[in-house]
Amino acid sequence: MLVEFLRAARRSGIAVSVAESIEAFAAVDLIGYDDRVTVKDALRLVIAKSDDERERFDECFERFFGVGSLGMGPDDGVAFDVVDVVPVDLEELFDSPLAKLLLDDDRAELIRRLHAAAAEIDVASVRLFTQTNQFARRILEAMGIEALDAAIARLRASGNPERERMADFLELRRRAVAELARDLVERRLAASGGGEADRMHDEFLQDARLVNVDRRDLLRMRVLVRAIGRKLASRYGRTRTHAKRGHLDVRRTIRRSLPFDGVPFRTHWKRRKIEKPRIVLLCDVSGSCAPLAHFLLLFAYSLSEAFSDIRSFAFATSMIEVSEILETQTIDDAIAQIMRQIGYQSSDYGRAFATFDKDFMDAIDRKTTVVVLGDGRTNYHDPRVDVLRRVYERARRVVWLNPEHRVAWGMDDSEMLRYLPYTHVARVCNRLRHLEDVVTELVKSR
Amino acid sequence: MTDAVRPDIGSIEAVEAGLVAANYICNRQTATAIYLAQHLRKPVLVEGPAGVGKTELARATAQYLGLPLIRMQCYEGLDESKALYEWKYGKQLLYTQILKDTYGASLRGVETIGEALEKIGEFDDVFFSEQFLEARPLLAALRQEHGAVLLVDEIDKSDQEFEAFLLEILSDYQVTIPEIGTISTTVPPLVVLTSNDSRDLGDALKRRCLHLHIGYPDAKLEERIIDVRVPGVEDRLRAQLVAFVQKMRTFELKKLPSVSETIDWARALVLLHVTELDGDAIRDTLNILLKYESDIESMKRHVSSILTAVN
Repeated sequence: MLVEFLRAARRSGIAVSVAESIEAFAAVDLIGYDDRVTVKDALRLVIAKSDDERERFDECFERFFGVGSLGMGPDDGVAFDVVDVVPVDLEELFDSPLAKLLLDDDRAELIRRLHAAAAEIDVASVRLFTQTNQFARRILEAMGIEALDAAIARLRASGNPERERMADFLELRRRAVAELARDLVERRLAASGGGEADRMHDEFLQDARLVNVDRRDLLRMRVLVRAIGRKLASRYGRTRTHAKRGHLDVRRTIRRSLPFDGVPFRTHWKRRKIEKPRIVLLCDVSGSCAPLAHFLLLFAYSLSEAFSDIRSFAFATSMIEVSEILETQTIDDAIAQIMRQIGYQSSDYGRAFATFDKDFMDAIDRKTTVVVLGDGRTNYHDPRVDVLRRVYERARRVVWLNPEHRVAWGMDDSEMLRYLPYTHVARVCNRLRHLEDVVTELVKSR
Repeated sequence: MTDAVRPDIGSIEAVEAGLVAANYICNRQTATAIYLAQHLRKPVLVEGPAGVGKTELARATAQYLGLPLIRMQCYEGLDESKALYEWKYGKQLLYTQILKDTYGASLRGVETIGEALEKIGEFDDVFFSEQFLEARPLLAALRQEHGAVLLVDEIDKSDQEFEAFLLEILSDYQVTIPEIGTISTTVPPLVVLTSNDSRDLGDALKRRCLHLHIGYPDAKLEERIIDVRVPGVEDRLRAQLVAFVQKMRTFELKKLPSVSETIDWARALVLLHVTELDGDAIRDTLNILLKYESDIESMKRHVSSILTAVN
């Protein structure tokens, strides 16, 4: 039972290691199976490792050990007093223990047998919705439903009204049991199938083109983007701390020891200098990029959470600084506000760059990495390539992320090819995966 | 396993009652975690927003089990010499100076350098013995005879290297000091790690721990907490202020008021002889609950509406 649950948990996307399985057994051994809530608490403590997993765990647990497995179907009003009237040890029932069980109304035992039968036919291997009936039938067979059917038929054939009433009763109970079996299979199916579907969906989202992502996937997407942000934050944290340790810088130590007669009194350590990535982000939110702008801003938001030294600008016809909005507001407000201020205008890279040149050029020094998110479509205005060239000369790196495919660069009003010489890296970026790749590069390779 | 089990932790209920006796009100989940940690000998990793009593849990557990609490605050740059052990360099130096004459005496008559080295080697062992060992929190916890509660506070603030190092200790409850040998423990300490989730912890560490998430308590639990921690509050005020804080947590704020803030607030209200919440009293004391100026400003506008909802 527990093994099966762990399998289901794994399939619903919780990483359960072998060690954790052993822990889970030890924990349940310790506290016993008596109290459902306690079992759930204990298993959750052992297995679920993050908020996300806790949520999945709760869901999975409810599906798997749902309350339904403890109660019989709706009571159909058939009186149990038949048992009093008819002696239970009827010879018709001898060969069907199931029938006896139903007459005794021993529900706990019934549920136990149901689960035993389910384990016997390996119900956890159910994968497809269409298999439900088949698996339910096999459970019933394993419980001895055929013998029960035979017993019912014999009772009916007896002609005795009392026995026929008993047959009616058994018939009803049989239906309830069949219902329970189906229920069980369905729950298992849900427990095992759900996670896999989710994961596939996530993968699909990572690969899906940002424009095509459905609105209802936005939330999910947001979680993914933030996850990338967090990942970067922790990775970045690591590179910074590496600088703190160091090897002894022998040459300097010796030189410093000269005033002390060559006694290495003061040691000097080698330090790898790590420069914090200073990022200037230019994000196109014009009409042509609008479907993407949302995600680009979302990404900008995650980045400003992950990095401390980041300045963000949004532009369409003109350019404004949005660092503060991104930093102080919640994500929805921030995006809404930015879009309200300048979103959906037609893009004019020339004017936007001119504004940047005039007002914000001093944001860029030789340590800065400039990231431009945009399609480079200028609506036939002057692209002001010269501004970008100056940025290129000042900055450490200029990265241009273009949502359009390479083929489209330079077609119509796209001035991408003219901007291209003044970028260190120019990439197609219309998938989440691309964003991740680029940012990883931003962090490490310098 | 039985040798580590004390009679007073026989069941989850007992743990819960024990924590209550140590002035710590918790839900069943938390009690289960402590119970399992004690019996499975696993560290507990406590996560949750600031001020919900993560550190307090370790303190209460120590009090309840009657064990010393050894606390280690993590920060960036924390390393073995600060967490595990260090040699008492000063003492070593001092002793060598004092014992100089003894040295001289025993080295007299030595002919070759090889012999002298051998002699000195004998002293060496003396100076790197436990006598000169400065035990830092981790080692101190391992050396406690009857076990201890080791609180590793804010593990997410430490470096990843340190996290890996901690793993070794958490899995075996033993450390190796090259000069002395392996020091293992008789009774492993109960380890409580807390994290504010400022970065993702390594998977290896996560796998070795029980995960306890403490969130904001519900109204009933919070009232009980206030009842225990701030005895002077009258029932009506308590219900009011808890309801107020609960309501406040539904707003979008930079930093939501936590249990510790509720406790502080209740204390302040008692000090100010407030017997019933009103708009002015709240506005005057709002800075106890909220830590950001912008939060306070935005909340001031809602005070009266929340107040009517609460009443």
